Amino acid sequence: MTADLIAVVLLLAVAAYACAGGTDYGAGFWDLTAGGAERGKRPRWLIDHAMAPVWEVNNVWLIFVLVIMWTGFPTLFQTVFSAMWLPLALAAMGLVLRGAGFAFRKPSRRLVDRRLYGAVFAVASVVTPFFLGTAVGGVASGRVAQGTEASANAWANPTSLMFGLVAIATTAFLGAVFLTGDARRFDAPDLVGYFRARALGGLAVLTVLAVITGFVTHEDSPHVWHGLTHGLGLFFVVVAGAAALVTALLLLRTPGTWVRLAAVGVVASAVIAWGMAQRPYLVPTSLTVADAAGSPATLTWLAIVTLVALLLVVPAVVLLYWLDTHGELQELTEAELGEGDGEG
Amino acid sequence: MPTSFHLLADAPAQLLPARELMAFTLASHIILVPLGVALPFITLVMHYRGLRRNDATALLLARRWSAVMAVQFALGIVTGTVLSFEFGLLWPGLMGRWGDVFGIGFGVEAWAFFLEAVLIAIYLYGWRRLKPRTHFLLGLPLPAAALLGAFGILAANSWMNTPQGFSLDPEGNPVDVNVWKAIFTPMFGPQYWHFVVAMIITAGFMVAGVYAVGWLRGRRDHYHRLGFAVPFTIAAVATPVQFVLGDSIARSVFHKQPVKFAAMEIVWKTDTRVPEYLFGRLQEDGTVSGGIKIPLLDSVLAGFSPDTKVVGLTSVPADERPTATQATIAHWAFDIMVLIGSALVLLALWYGLIWLRHRRLPASAWFYRSAACAGVGSVVAVECGWIATEVGRQPWIVYQNMRVADAVTSTRSTSLWIMLGVVMVVYVLLFGSFLVVLLKMRTRWRLADEQRATGGAAHVPEADTPYGPRAPLPAGGGAARAEDGRP
Repeated sequence: MTADLIAVVLLLAVAAYACAGGTDYGAGFWDLTAGGAERGKRPRWLIDHAMAPVWEVNNVWLIFVLVIMWTGFPTLFQTVFSAMWLPLALAAMGLVLRGAGFAFRKPSRRLVDRRLYGAVFAVASVVTPFFLGTAVGGVASGRVAQGTEASANAWANPTSLMFGLVAIATTAFLGAVFLTGDARRFDAPDLVGYFRARALGGLAVLTVLAVITGFVTHEDSPHVWHGLTHGLGLFFVVVAGAAALVTALLLLRTPGTWVRLAAVGVVASAVIAWGMAQRPYLVPTSLTVADAAGSPATLTWLAIVTLVALLLVVPAVVLLYWLDTHGELQELTEAELGEGDGEG
Repeated sequence: MPTSFHLLADAPAQLLPARELMAFTLASHIILVPLGVALPFITLVMHYRGLRRNDATALLLARRWSAVMAVQFALGIVTGTVLSFEFGLLWPGLMGRWGDVFGIGFGVEAWAFFLEAVLIAIYLYGWRRLKPRTHFLLGLPLPAAALLGAFGILAANSWMNTPQGFSLDPEGNPVDVNVWKAIFTPMFGPQYWHFVVAMIITAGFMVAGVYAVGWLRGRRDHYHRLGFAVPFTIAAVATPVQFVLGDSIARSVFHKQPVKFAAMEIVWKTDTRVPEYLFGRLQEDGTVSGGIKIPLLDSVLAGFSPDTKVVGLTSVPADERPTATQATIAHWAFDIMVLIGSALVLLALWYGLIWLRHRRLPASAWFYRSAACAGVGSVVAVECGWIATEVGRQPWIVYQNMRVADAVTSTRSTSLWIMLGVVMVVYVLLFGSFLVVLLKMRTRWRLADEQRATGGAAHVPEADTPYGPRAPLPAGGGAARAEDGRP
């Protein structure tokens, strides 16, 4: 019972990371594709300013996912990290390079430095979700079991590759949707259209990839396919599809706050659908939630810690996003750092 | 990737690279930790002073420190994420078996870290638009979040040193987990307070060191005085406290992990009237070469009497204790830490006495030279403390319950060596860039200060930004106008 609860918490944390982290990676994707220094100046400027206050928070979700895994389901953690060694090691490296690239680009002034840091940030933003996606795909397709050693088969297979591509498309879609809103917020009307077109393009690509993934899972991951086409799994697939339609409609009209919610709805529902499709397994079809669960006392405490933390963190996160979207959070300019008479 | 042939490979092949990788990434991350834990606190003290006394210089310092905090925190997040990946990539055996016993600390830490990330973002980006008071108040919970995060990590580490809160079933798997006991292990209290105070001291001396250098180069204005005095005072107050805490944790190790204590003090045979060695090398046969021998001192330090019996390394079989080399490493790390700590106490006393007698900062250049080195010294001491506690625990990853060799991943050692190589290159670049970025910020700020000092024309900083237009500077409404523009 507690184990199921913690499994739901884990799934929600994954969904939160897919949305928050995804938006963040997506910004990197559009940074990468923004073109040369001159042509990409405006979009990159927006990406820099829109991401800066929230990117760290977006990425802390991942740490939380890992912690729930090893505390709540130690066997799952051991199994996944043993079998998926290479993609996860590459994803870890990608995370380092990405964060560092972004953090160092901001205070750098010389164009050469900014180019270098920016390129590192952007390339890593695409590579990292791909490898995380392949790892998830390997789990979903049931190629991983307790004691599976690291091998290419575990992650270089049709389902993994599709999941990796879907991960990239998802980030691109989310990133563009959020940047459309940011463009409005930062008074850059030219960029509203720029990112709106990309959001629609991203959604189209994502839809195509999702359909192909459907066919692939049908052959390659029968358990998940069955789950996605029955019961709760099917329900969330339908929700995701509906949310995608709503997003497209909202994007075509006047994108506002609602389009963000709809886009998050697409991604979160898709992740939850995958989780529901895997029931009762954490790793289909070898490791169930009950088998992988850690000690009951720990799970209870994990639930308590999560609850207390939610009470602390949710208000703080809401405050952060509220302040951010209301333009209350702005970077210090050099003028304020350079002179004594800047206001406090 | 072919995997079949390494299945039967002996564990030690991947043990060495896994260890080196963990050690390297942790040692790098540790450099950032003091700033992450204690810089927000020091910055808030400065911020408070600025608001309270309407001191524009103090506010400028707080603003600049928060800009440093931004870069440092970002780097800390990425190096910290690497560490949580490494638990799975390098030590799946540890997490797979013990994750549900001691993992809860990380749960606390993850949320605390989350809170800290949120609060730091608000604090950093709130300078411009938030009301000064609101902004300061929103920053206030930061040190508490940092303490909570440290709580989680130290709970996990001290559990590895003195594991408890579970019983073993016939197959050796932990059952009947008692989370409360697993968090509050015997070493938790001593380790936690030792760590927290170490972070305050290190961050304080690091920050003060920057302004000590400025002072030595002749920049002796209000800006440098303040930038030096606030962090240095905080660190100087904490240093004597640390002396007492350090002494107490050494005795806790003596009681709770006697074999580790034996390694740290290179005690070979259990005995009374044990001498203390300053440095020296433990040989395979149990003799000590080199070093300074002080008769009876080890027994006296451990139990306040020469008749105190000190457990030696040979009290347990050779495969359950650190090797002679490991013991020597732990011993040197311990001694270096104690020496640096003692030197810092003297420095703090110097500062305190001058303050008590003259109510001013010391004037001697030698004081500022020492102060400039104190930051680096405390980082070295922190690294040494970590080495002493980790190497002293060998060969155990969970003291007396799981060997490091049993926890290591079965991935081929070649992959691990390659990863170690890549990580080293990346980290050198990362920390190099970090340093370069910090130095550039410093240079830019100094130029701005000098420009203002000479009454130069107002410089438009946006002009040299390669990015498009920026929002205009906010108009007034701030707490402080500069009474002296020159910071």
